[in-house]
Amino acid sequence: MGLEDQAAVKRVADEHGSGVVVLLGTPDAESTQTLAQTVVAGDPSYAGPLAGVPLGLPVFHVFEPEVRDQVPADVYEAQVALMEMSLDRDAILAGLREARRAATTI
Amino acid sequence: MPRVARATSDMPVIRAVSLVLAHVPSLVRLGSKPLRVLREIEKPIEYLQPHLRDWEAARTYAPNQVFIGNLGVDELAAWPTPWHRNPIAEAGRFGPDGEIMPEDEFFGLLAACDGFDLLALDRDLADRARRALDAHPVVGRESGRPAIRAGVTAGVLDARIAKHRALPIVGTDGRLLGAMLPGHDEDDTLTGQVLLENLACKATAALALRHLLARPGAIASADVRYVMNCGEEAVGDRYQRGGGNVAKAVAEWAGCARATGSDIKAFCCGPMHALMLAGALVRGGLHDDVVVVAGGSLAKLGMKFQGHVKHAMPIVEDVLAGFAVHVSRDDGVSPILRTDAIGRHEVASGSAPLAVVKALYSEPLGRVGLTLLDVDRFALELHNPEATEPAGSGNVPLNNYRTLASLAVVEKLIARENIDDFVRTRGMPGFSPTQGHIASAIPYLGHARRGLTEGRLTRTMFAGKGSLFLGRMTQLPDGLSLVLERNGANAGAA
Repeated sequence: MGLEDQAAVKRVADEHGSGVVVLLGTPDAESTQTLAQTVVAGDPSYAGPLAGVPLGLPVFHVFEPEVRDQVPADVYEAQVALMEMSLDRDAILAGLREARRAATTI
Repeated sequence: MPRVARATSDMPVIRAVSLVLAHVPSLVRLGSKPLRVLREIEKPIEYLQPHLRDWEAARTYAPNQVFIGNLGVDELAAWPTPWHRNPIAEAGRFGPDGEIMPEDEFFGLLAACDGFDLLALDRDLADRARRALDAHPVVGRESGRPAIRAGVTAGVLDARIAKHRALPIVGTDGRLLGAMLPGHDEDDTLTGQVLLENLACKATAALALRHLLARPGAIASADVRYVMNCGEEAVGDRYQRGGGNVAKAVAEWAGCARATGSDIKAFCCGPMHALMLAGALVRGGLHDDVVVVAGGSLAKLGMKFQGHVKHAMPIVEDVLAGFAVHVSRDDGVSPILRTDAIGRHEVASGSAPLAVVKALYSEPLGRVGLTLLDVDRFALELHNPEATEPAGSGNVPLNNYRTLASLAVVEKLIARENIDDFVRTRGMPGFSPTQGHIASAIPYLGHARRGLTEGRLTRTMFAGKGSLFLGRMTQLPDGLSLVLERNGANAGAA
């Protein structure tokens, strides 16, 4: 996650506290894992504003059924369905599961 | 009995295409990203040197051979990877579409394109460059181009750098090769760095145009009436950044004495807009022959170099690219540019992925009674994945082809399990250097023209996309697609 994005996430979390949820639209397993880790346990590269800052935010990916169920079908079709079909959904969600598992064992 | 000629249409055709590369390892450190990053490195020459390729390595690099037309896209798909470790032994410098010019000669070309005596070369380099470039088949001494001036001593170069704020140009081994003077003492748009970027753009576009004009049966330079430049550099001064006009500078240099021209800007979508406009000028009858040109982007050299250094591989973003396309009235042979099937990303199209791909791909085809399955090959963004993947930017062409194939699923043209097959047969591996606008579909143009005239292709589609948000004036994306069709393939249609 870029330094500016990390700063934005930190600012929103500071302003709104515990009600913040992070929704990812990452295109592969590696980026999903890295970004999830960043907003939960802190920046793994120790380069950005979230270095050593474990925000512990709940993190979801837009491809998860729980998210899809919250979105009107026609909106999901126009905005997300095409990308879901063209990307490796299973690998992305596996990456997210891995990040969540790692977060619980910290 | 009278000879029966094929009826010609009022559609424009793609009469000729040229695509060139200039291998410039010494200029990598002047790319925007290396320039910024290397300021923090203690010994930048030593840091970069192990990752810079010689010309032999660049010439035998399979993606570069596809770029100049010596190797087909399917042959590249079957070529062993990583490509940088699997050179093509018999690779030629010249190909059916253009050439890969070595650095010494390119410095000579830069000097020959500099009409203001701002670029000074080291004496030995200038001599080497003159000897080599004078014998060049397309931009040699006989071509009528300006001569390469004598070089200067190291003392003169040092003085220009120290006293006149000239940009030092340093070789891969750290030796001073030359210096570029600013065009004005107080103008940030005319610094030595900016002017070298502009000059590199002019020189690569001019090289491509000269290749185009040197083809057997090519249009005479005096018959070119309009030149459109869609290169990325925005030339101008402090009162009009990007004011233009590189097109006219290139036309002048290439000897197109009766041409005028202008620059077309639309980020990486620029070439598609320019080709459409060229087709419109021809179809509308204003000009019979229009040439679209673009030169390379020095700022993008080494853009992903940190990924290459991290993975202990050569920096493959070490070439500048250029192209030229001749758009003319229907000659009964060349591929038709179907101006009735242009895909447009309109303001109201928005940025939702499904709407964007429909506007660019299926809607224009549907307008003329075709589907995605009537297109043999799609040329989308063709960035070489070996340049982007080590930097974590993914395989751009593959992702775009998978999105296109998913559109075919949505439109019930193929089954979901045939996505990979669609990508393999109608797409291609990325083989273009990350030269922005040029990587956007254009590098396949030479292959397409051959395939649509001598080969087995019936129809190809070219699509470019532009990241307009980079200029901070709109959040909208841009996109435009064009269909090229075998001449006569639409005969009998209304």
